[in-house]
Amino acid sequence: MNHHQDSDLSQAIKAQATRFEAPTALRERLGAALIKADALSSAPARQGLWTSLQRQWLGMGVAFACGVIASFTVTLFHAAPSEQERVAQEVVAGHVRSLMVAHLADVDSSEQHTVKPWFSGKLDFSPPVHDLAKDGFPLVGGRLDYLNQHPVAALVYRRQQHTINLFVWPSSDTSPHAVKLLSRQGFNMTDWSESGMQYWAVSDLNSAEMQAFTQSLRQKIND
Amino acid sequence: MSDRTRRFEAAMLPHLDAAFNLARWLLRDEHNAQDVVQDAYLRAFRFFDSYQGEQARPWLLGIVRNSCFTWMKDKQRAGEQVEFDEERDSGVDDPGLNRAADNPETLLMQKLERAQINKAIEELPPLFREVIVLRELEELSYEEIAQCAAIPLGTVMSRLSRARAMLRTALTPADQQGQSK
Repeated sequence: MNHHQDSDLSQAIKAQATRFEAPTALRERLGAALIKADALSSAPARQGLWTSLQRQWLGMGVAFACGVIASFTVTLFHAAPSEQERVAQEVVAGHVRSLMVAHLADVDSSEQHTVKPWFSGKLDFSPPVHDLAKDGFPLVGGRLDYLNQHPVAALVYRRQQHTINLFVWPSSDTSPHAVKLLSRQGFNMTDWSESGMQYWAVSDLNSAEMQAFTQSLRQKIND
Repeated sequence: MSDRTRRFEAAMLPHLDAAFNLARWLLRDEHNAQDVVQDAYLRAFRFFDSYQGEQARPWLLGIVRNSCFTWMKDKQRAGEQVEFDEERDSGVDDPGLNRAADNPETLLMQKLERAQINKAIEELPPLFREVIVLRELEELSYEEIAQCAAIPLGTVMSRLSRARAMLRTALTPADQQGQSK
């Protein structure tokens, strides 16, 4: 085996071969198909569908089936995820979905006085809306989302090519809690509550920039 | 939308580009790759309960590659051998293949054009094309490739080395292959 030439070849492939990117049409189609599948999976199981699924998957081989059974058994013994973990997963999913279905904002505006009134009448609370362009995080818009069993305000900020989703909803805790930094599936998140609101910010920015975003937002909130 | 669906999207959608790249290379067709990737994601969604929370990429790509091979078989559009072939895959040296590889001067990888490399990869048999795409473009580890393709680690290594040998031969101009005899 000639390692020198292997790495030569590797470099040539990495540098030259095409890495195809998923087309937008596929992203949109898949997003819609998953919403449909979600609705179906929540509906009562239908015998016909299940049988055809079993038949389909028999072809995948006994080994795979064993794996499925074994890991399913293990899953049963896993503790239920904590409240924070559950919300964190929802926040990441909300972020990914917003990027994927090209549905970032219902109201496209960098003007906080346009975005804030847009929410009134759509939510039973008024989220604080601040433009952070001066700190390098311009506001690009807002939309409604649904998280933790509540309609929530989603505010969208940008940092160069990166998108930040800030989810806000009224906090059930009366005592504020300090900023926590989390990381899930390669996304960084901050989570805190103050002045009766719960905040979750999520982005693919690095953790230092997420903290900078959080800090400049909190300064505005407390001004 | 249920918690399960949200968890699925958060774990699997970040790998959509990788899934599409693999399917696009295996099927060599933009439209079919889109169809098969969507189908694979829906299968993954149904079997999401068996997913353990780590190593999302090889788990998902395993379903994508199975969907691709099933599709090729179903449509009988493979047009080339896609089944595992013991003899071809055993890593037995073929002097004709290694001759070019033994002489670094014949390679001149840095001068190769994108089109040449793409064409050489495209012309590999699917099982070999698969390991090249997973290793070089998706940068999966040998272990992850083994998990994805459901083959032993040794097979990953021999398949990869065989695929590289084929690529080297394809990328070496015919006159230089002759000279190195």
